[in-house]
This record gives sequence, C-alpha cells and structure tokens, in this order.
Amino acid sequence: MEIIVCIKQVPGTTEVKIDPATNTLIREGVESIINPFDTYALEEGLRMKERWGGKVTTITMGPPQAEKALREAIAMGIDEGVLLSDRAFAGADTLATSYALFRAIEKIGSYDLIICGKQTMDGDTGQVGPELAERLGTPFVTYVKKVEEVNDGHIKVERMIEDGYEVVEMPLPGLITVVKEINEPRLPSLRGMMKAKSAEITIWTASDLGVDTSKVGLAGSPTQVVRIFAPERSRKSEILQGDVSSQVDQLVKKLREAKIV
Amino acid sequence: MEYFLTDEQKMIKDLVGKITEEKIIPTRAELDEEEKFPWEIMKVLADSDLFGLYIPEEYGGFGMGCLENCLVMEELSRGCCGVSVTFAATALGTYPILLHGTEEQKKKYLPDIARGKRLAAFGLTEANAGSDAAGIQTTAVKDGDHYVLNGTKQWITNGGEAEVYTIIALTDKSKGSRGASAFIVEKDTPGFSFGKKEKKMGIRCSATRELVFEDCRIPKENLIGKEGIGFIVAMRTLDITRPGISAQAVGLAQGALEATLEYSRQRKQFGQTISSFQAIQHMLADMVTQIEAARALVYAAAKTIDSGAKNISKVSAMSKLFASDMAMKVTTDAVQIFGGYGYMREYPVEKMMRDAKIIQIYEGTNQIQRNVIALQLIKESMAR
Repeated sequence: MEIIVCIKQVPGTTEVKIDPATNTLIREGVESIINPFDTYALEEGLRMKERWGGKVTTITMGPPQAEKALREAIAMGIDEGVLLSDRAFAGADTLATSYALFRAIEKIGSYDLIICGKQTMDGDTGQVGPELAERLGTPFVTYVKKVEEVNDGHIKVERMIEDGYEVVEMPLPGLITVVKEINEPRLPSLRGMMKAKSAEITIWTASDLGVDTSKVGLAGSPTQVVRIFAPERSRKSEILQGDVSSQVDQLVKKLREAKIV
Repeated sequence: MEYFLTDEQKMIKDLVGKITEEKIIPTRAELDEEEKFPWEIMKVLADSDLFGLYIPEEYGGFGMGCLENCLVMEELSRGCCGVSVTFAATALGTYPILLHGTEEQKKKYLPDIARGKRLAAFGLTEANAGSDAAGIQTTAVKDGDHYVLNGTKQWITNGGEAEVYTIIALTDKSKGSRGASAFIVEKDTPGFSFGKKEKKMGIRCSATRELVFEDCRIPKENLIGKEGIGFIVAMRTLDITRPGISAQAVGLAQGALEATLEYSRQRKQFGQTISSFQAIQHMLADMVTQIEAARALVYAAAKTIDSGAKNISKVSAMSKLFASDMAMKVTTDAVQIFGGYGYMREYPVEKMMRDAKIIQIYEGTNQIQRNVIALQLIKESMAR
C-alpha cells in the first residue's frame, strides 16, 4: 500500500500567543512539535504498512524548521518526508493549505490512502483533510477510530459518531482522518533516529509544484482573521427555593420568559 | 556541566529520557508495589533498539560502548532502578559471550538479544560464595559431548524471566578459582529449574531467583572460551559492566533530586516555600554537587574503558563505590527534605532510598570495591 500521511508542526503548548498586528500565531521561542492528532495518523500509517506492506510518505507544509517534524516521523519509521516550504505558502488558511497539499500529492502521483489527524491543536478547524479529499476527487471518512481491513481496493473502518460508531466501507484510493482512540503512537527507535539524522528531506517550493501563487499562502486564503479573543464567560445562576412543585412552576415560568419553551 | 557528548550520545539520552518520562515514571509505583516484572517496558526498550546498543553491528546491534550503556542506565534509573537492573542484567549475561564466545555462539545468541527477543542473565553468586566468589560449589563435569551441571546459584537477577544464562561452574575442583569455567545454559534445558522469587527491600519489580541445576546436561559447545578461564570471563565482564551500575546510582540520585526540587518549591511551612530556607538550600546544593562529581567520575571511567585501556578494575570500582555511596546519601536526604511525606509510599523518594541500598551491595560490595582499588593502587606504586 502506498500511504501518504499529512502532518503539521504546531507550537508545543496550549497557550499560543497571537501577533496582534497580523492575527497569526507567534512561533518564535515556542518549542515545535508534531500536531498530536497527526502522530496517530503516522502510527496508523506505520501499522498498515506493517500489516499490508508498502511505503509511507509524510508531507508537511511549513517554514524550513518544519523539517524537524519530518525527521521525527522518519525516526518513528516513516520511509520518506516531503517538505513544502516557500515564502509564498506563508499565512495559508485551510483552503490554501489543502491546495498546496493537493498539488504535492498530484506531483507524488500514486497513492492508495491518505491519512490526516482529525484536526490540529493550534487551528482546530478539522477542515484540511476533507478539503484535500474534495480537491483530489477521492472519497473520505472522518473521525476514524479503527481500520478493520483492507481488501479488493476497499477499506473498512469504524467511524466515531456522537453516540457510538458506524462501520464504513470506502473504495480506494481515499482519505481518512483519525481520532486519538485509534492507537497509541510508538516512540522512536535508535535505528530510526539514526536514519532520520542523515535522511534526505525532499523540499518543494511553489514553483516546484507549479502552483498559481494567488491560490496559496495569505493571497490564496479567503479567511481573514479580524480579531482573536477568548469570549468572556457570562453565566448567571440562580437557585430556586421552595418545595418541588413551586420550584417546577418557577422554572417553567423562567423558561417561558426566556422563550426557551 | 558539559561532557561533550557526541550527537549520537545525546540522541540516546533524549530517547531514553522520553521512555522514562512516558513509560516508566507513570508506572513505577505500581510495579514496585505489586513486584510485577516490567515486561511492557522491556518491550518498549526492545522496540527502541536499546538492547542492541553494545552488541556489534554484524550481530544486529550498534557496536557502541560503555559510555552509551551508562547513558541508558542513567536515564532509566532516573525513573526506576528495578527496570534499569533488568536491562543491566541482560548486559551482564551477554558480555561473556561477546568477550569470549565463539563465532557460532555469537551468531546463535547475540541477534536475538540485540532485538530484545530474549533477555539474558548471569549466574555467579551462590549461598556460600558472595564476596568470596571463588567459593562456588556448582560443578560441570564433562561427559562425552556434554557437560553435566549440578549446584544452585542464588539471587540471580532476571532468573526465571531470561532465556539465556551465563553460568560459572567448576570444571576442576582441585584447581580452585583456576578450575572454573563459563557456560551458556538455555531456559527449558532439562535439569535446570528455578527457586522461589525473592522478596526484596528495593528494586522490587526486578526478578531475583535461585537457579537450580540437577544433572543438567548441556552440549559441550556451550562452554565459553575454554575450561579454567571462568573467573577471568566473570571478572572482565564485571569490570566492563560495573560503570553501568555506577550510572544507575547517578540516575537514581538525579531522579531523587528532581523530585525533591519540585516538592521543596511547592511545600509551604511558616508561610513560605521550604526551598527558601537555607537549611534546605544547603542540602540541595550538596545533593547536586555530589551527583555531578559522581557523574563526572562515571563518565570518565566509561571513557577509559572505551579507550581500550588494560587495567580497568580500579576505575571501574572507584566509579561504583563513589556513585553508590553518593546515591545512598542523596536519597536519604531527599526523604529528609520531604519529611513525613517522604516516608509515605504515595511519594517516590522512599522507594528511591530503598533502591539505593542495593547498589552499595551488588556487583561487588563497596568493601570489595575498596579492596580492588587499594590492591591496584599498591601494585601501581610498586611498579614505579
């Protein structure tokens, strides 16, 4: 199986600082890690390779230092890393990101399955996976918690839904996004780390991908972040007094006043 | 302090540090309480290729040396010495094959050990042969194409869990220590069984058992080296692996310091954190200084051994003597700083103090280490 795992390097903290001038993330001085949800995608790619053979390639888009994320993936056992890096890619929203990834995957050529984490820890949108599938014109299943089997050009997966899971069969090639319930990511191995140290990372720029620069980076991003703020929590509470039937009457009255019922 | 480690050495330290943080520290109290053998952690170490560290590349390892082994031992021991001694005992059982084994023996055993598929163990100690190792009574009598082993080994780390055992037994009783030989005995060989699992004060997740040999027949090809060099094999092995135990003491003390620092910066008495009291600060200062001194000595001993130096008994012994006495003191002080909480099993330092004691005892008691150091010191001065 030819598997492609898309990963993102994110700040290794939940207290992300925002640049007030550009409303983008401040990355300086924060240790970068592989987006935790993507580590499950990497692990699943490796497990599928161990079960059904083949090759796992991982792609990331980011500044030159995002190479570290690819080396970490190689230390886990991933075969090859591709870095999409160009000033033109900077400031991309999910639409521009999925476009760059789409062109990179087209350039790679063949694949059976693309695996993404369900969302990133910094952006939290969960859109890149589905957008990428849409651009590639392949089917996709989100929130996969188990890969049951692969045969005859189909994959059978369990997909998390609110009150349980559903079993979905999808023709390949296709794309899945995975949740943390799917596996426990492995630690790197010494052999993997040594391989990662000297591994050659393929770097593709905007011109390597032959992309229309108005479709990538900030220029290609219809999303404009006007302001980022934590909404104030305004929660009022009131304790109803009296016996049960009078409490019920008061509650119904209040719900009517609030036009909830 | 800067020890000028290579990129590879730093990588090893980082990798094992991660394993310790993620897999060992969260489970160590349970492993200790239940005296549960750390198979799951051994599997992680195997998957991370760490069992192959000191095994040559042609047998599936990395061909690294004593210093790298010390780095692994130090990081593992920061989490749990029961786990690290389990790792170390495999090295102890493997080095005799590495140092004196035939090509066939190496090909047969080393690749599986390197992959962590089989653990190893080393059997020297007996009920009446501890510090006086030459007092062993287990015998190996040649009978055609076989040797027949009889006797009982005591307190063998990884006993019952390991699959490959290096056993020191007498092939010629009349020659005393020159009549000893080293053998490889595989688990499940008829006539080879295990005694009860010992209940210990510390390193409680590690397995310590008797090895019982009753007319146990092993093929003559399992002799390591030749007859009569059993003690040379044992002593060379111990000299090389001992700094790993010294590093165990350094890591243990480091773990105790880290826990104590965190606690002393949170614990408030008299309206302030206890780390603001000079009495505590001076203890912390002594702890970190002693740890660093021991680390420097251990790394220097390991580098001396890796350089191929011939007389390594003294440096090897010095590192173990100093580091283990240091760990005993540091962990005792850690419990003192934690006060009543430190005496409770809810906090990690009482375990560390229990674990520290064994390091002053095993791999040669610290009294024997002093004998070794003094003997070589005097020899050196006579040679001048």
